[in-house]
Amino acid sequence: MAYENEMTVQFLAKSENEAFARVAAATFVSQLNPTVSDITDIKTAVSEAVTNAIIHGYEKKEGMVTLFCGYIGDKVTIIVSDKGKGIANIEQAKQPLFTSKPELERSGMGFTVMETFMDSMTVESVEGIGTKVTMTKVINKGTFL
Amino acid sequence: MKVEFQKKTSALIVRIQGEIDHHTAKELKEKIEREFQKSGSKNLIFDFEGVTFMDSSGIGMLIGRYKWVLAYGGKTAVANAEQRAAKIFQMAGMNKIIAQYPSVSEALKAFGEV
Repeated sequence: MAYENEMTVQFLAKSENEAFARVAAATFVSQLNPTVSDITDIKTAVSEAVTNAIIHGYEKKEGMVTLFCGYIGDKVTIIVSDKGKGIANIEQAKQPLFTSKPELERSGMGFTVMETFMDSMTVESVEGIGTKVTMTKVINKGTFL
Repeated sequence: MKVEFQKKTSALIVRIQGEIDHHTAKELKEKIEREFQKSGSKNLIFDFEGVTFMDSSGIGMLIGRYKWVLAYGGKTAVANAEQRAAKIFQMAGMNKIIAQYPSVSEALKAFGEV
């Protein structure tokens, strides 16, 4: 798919990079003059996807997380992918409150947040190969003051 | 992320400045539990006025502290969450679990701390 504009960043699967990833996505999307609400939604969804890659994909092992952002018109596509362990049962993982790591105080709301805060979310995963989360959102243009 | 504590009678007020995510939630948990025990507090009040971002890791951290304080026979409340993290609080149904108040003084009043 040819995007009007796009960017890709890669970073180590370290929790320090969760803030970096959401700010990078928010800064890129700011070209479309989004509302504060749009930016908050995108930052939250990116944070959830990147946190999943770090905690569940790599499970504290070293690895790279890739963040892609692109847009056509006012439709933004964000892809967060890892080459980690993959998800055995995607439908189960998407269930609200499901967590494979209750000892880490995970709320099990990550995929639910992504689905709620973005317009669409799809998960592709192969065990031992990795996981790719694709999200889209149409930006409601902010008003110039 | 910065966190400041203030003891008011038997309540520990936790004022968080900055972002709550998976990276900062762990540090918050440890600091809160250490201060709660050191100060001999009973109840816990989170002040979200300075919170600039929160994802579902924050929900996990809050529910974790709620259960922890409950095990000691205390109560947990969140103040100023409506302005700062309204959407994620509503989505997670937090108002059914942890009491929310428009200000710290309202939470203190509800806990009988004033």
